[in-house]
Amino acid sequence: MTASPSAGKLRAASGRSVVADKAATVVLWGMGGFVLLLLGLIILHFVIASIGVMSLSFIFGEPGSDTELGGVGPLLFNSLYMLVLAMLIAVPLGLLAGIYMSEYAADNKVTSTIRFAEEAISSVPSIVVGLFGLIAFVNLTHWGFTALAGVLALTLFNLPLMARLSEQALQAVPQEERSASLALGATKWQTIRHVVVPLAIPGIVTGIILTAGRVFGEAAVLLFTAGVGTPHHYNFLNLNIFDENSPWSPFRHTAATLSVFIWKTNSEGTYASQQLQQQVGDGASALLLATVLIFNIGSRFLGRLLTRRLTAA
Amino acid sequence: MTTTTRAENPGEAAIEGAIEAAPAILPPRIVPAGGVAVGPGANAEPPSASGGPKPTPKVSAQNVNIFYGPKLAVRDVSLEVPEKSILALIGPSGSGKSTFLRCFNRMNDLIPGARVTGNVQLDGEGLMDADVSVVELRRRVGMVFQRPNPFPMSIFDNVAYGPRRRGANDKAAMEVLVERSLTRAALWNEVKDDLHKKSGLSLSGGQQQRLCIARVLATEPEVILMDEPASALDPVSTLRVEELMRELRESYTIIIVTHNMQQAARVSDRTAFFNMGEDRAGYLVELDDTRTLFTNPKNQLTEDYVSGRFG
Repeated sequence: MTASPSAGKLRAASGRSVVADKAATVVLWGMGGFVLLLLGLIILHFVIASIGVMSLSFIFGEPGSDTELGGVGPLLFNSLYMLVLAMLIAVPLGLLAGIYMSEYAADNKVTSTIRFAEEAISSVPSIVVGLFGLIAFVNLTHWGFTALAGVLALTLFNLPLMARLSEQALQAVPQEERSASLALGATKWQTIRHVVVPLAIPGIVTGIILTAGRVFGEAAVLLFTAGVGTPHHYNFLNLNIFDENSPWSPFRHTAATLSVFIWKTNSEGTYASQQLQQQVGDGASALLLATVLIFNIGSRFLGRLLTRRLTAA
Repeated sequence: MTTTTRAENPGEAAIEGAIEAAPAILPPRIVPAGGVAVGPGANAEPPSASGGPKPTPKVSAQNVNIFYGPKLAVRDVSLEVPEKSILALIGPSGSGKSTFLRCFNRMNDLIPGARVTGNVQLDGEGLMDADVSVVELRRRVGMVFQRPNPFPMSIFDNVAYGPRRRGANDKAAMEVLVERSLTRAALWNEVKDDLHKKSGLSLSGGQQQRLCIARVLATEPEVILMDEPASALDPVSTLRVEELMRELRESYTIIIVTHNMQQAARVSDRTAFFNMGEDRAGYLVELDDTRTLFTNPKNQLTEDYVSGRFG
């Protein structure tokens, strides 16, 4: 091409692309900053709102009457208890399903249907899943509102999510890592166990965090399955998991979590004064937020430790 | 798939066994560099039987065809590699060198739709039969890839990976094995202080490739396949890897795929020239002593290629 040697044209062309480049950088940084700012503001809001509410007796105490602040200890316990139970089901099953889908299953109509279903179920409104749970795990089983019914209903969401995210994490491991291992005479399972899964742990941890977020945050599913009754008089010394009065029993009747409690506090006028209701709601929200943050950071940390352990020895 | 012909001639096998058992008595029998030169275009030609019983080739391929789905990728290749020698596979892109290389450790099994016919043997034993353990095969036939691909683990764990997968867990023995493997791969002095501290990925490209070679050596293979092992390396690292190959030749049988003709000329005892046919399938044009193939090729195509006229 014979371009006219006009320096002005050249300068204009390069100038435009430089401006576009700068603009893209500014816009992308701006968007990232905006998201961080939102997160920061939310945290700041609850830190400020919970001043004067947050205390050890609020975190660990039992809920009080309608005229006192009381505590949210049993609700926090329920959130964590349901979290552990839900994870015990979703993580191993979801991971194994993900391994199967990523490493063993052929790419065909059946597997693409499974993938479609896994993603579709995430977009089912949670109130619908809650109602399904009410029929399946509360009424048909004759359990009534129990912790386990809530966990099983949550699993309807969690298991496909965990399976899909695990599969994606495993798929992202470069093929050459598998080849290297197999070429050294490792079996397929050894390759999965010692190379593929350890390398996929950051992605699997993301799956665990998103799954856990659902347990912490979900209210609609639990309203109809684990119940909303404010718990009192938890006796943590009663370790008999078959005793329905023990807080450790999955069949314990009504197991409201923090997020269900927040929903209830804000939607039903259960407290004598508007101000008290506001305080309890803010305090519980701040506590839930802190719990989620601690869980997420802790998961990342443990994930890194686990990667190091699995890739060694 | 044809089956193995190992026990076809028990008498010959016995003689070979005797030769192997007493190499000192019959040293000239174990031909060092490319005892048998297959003539031009002599694809399917088995080694001539004129010289009486000769050592079983370490690895051999007879009438090997490789398909990707319906497409023929490699057509009717037959060749043999004597023990403790280096065979270089050269040829233009698409001539099927790498694909052919991968049938010696059955890595083609991993490619969906890939199919190999013909007969491939290790020590006279067919390795494509259904009852062959690919795990055992790949321990005896190691592979170094084009791009250095150490695991994201410590240097020590990289080298120990293969042995550990076979249940080796004696700490002291493992340390000896790791040191020996790294020493043989000419990497020990550079990494001996960082065995556990540094990740294999923190090394330079050339060091990574030598780590990958050490990792293969730790599995104590008999044959090492190298798929363009130096193509991603700088010239200095390339020379180090080439030196290493010459040293390894003392103990191992090596097949190397390379785009680099000088490299083939520098390191190999024999060279096989592959080309892509009009049906776009790769085939073996000529196999000969490296010097002969480069200086006095019998086939015009080979001459054109080694003199840089195409490819």
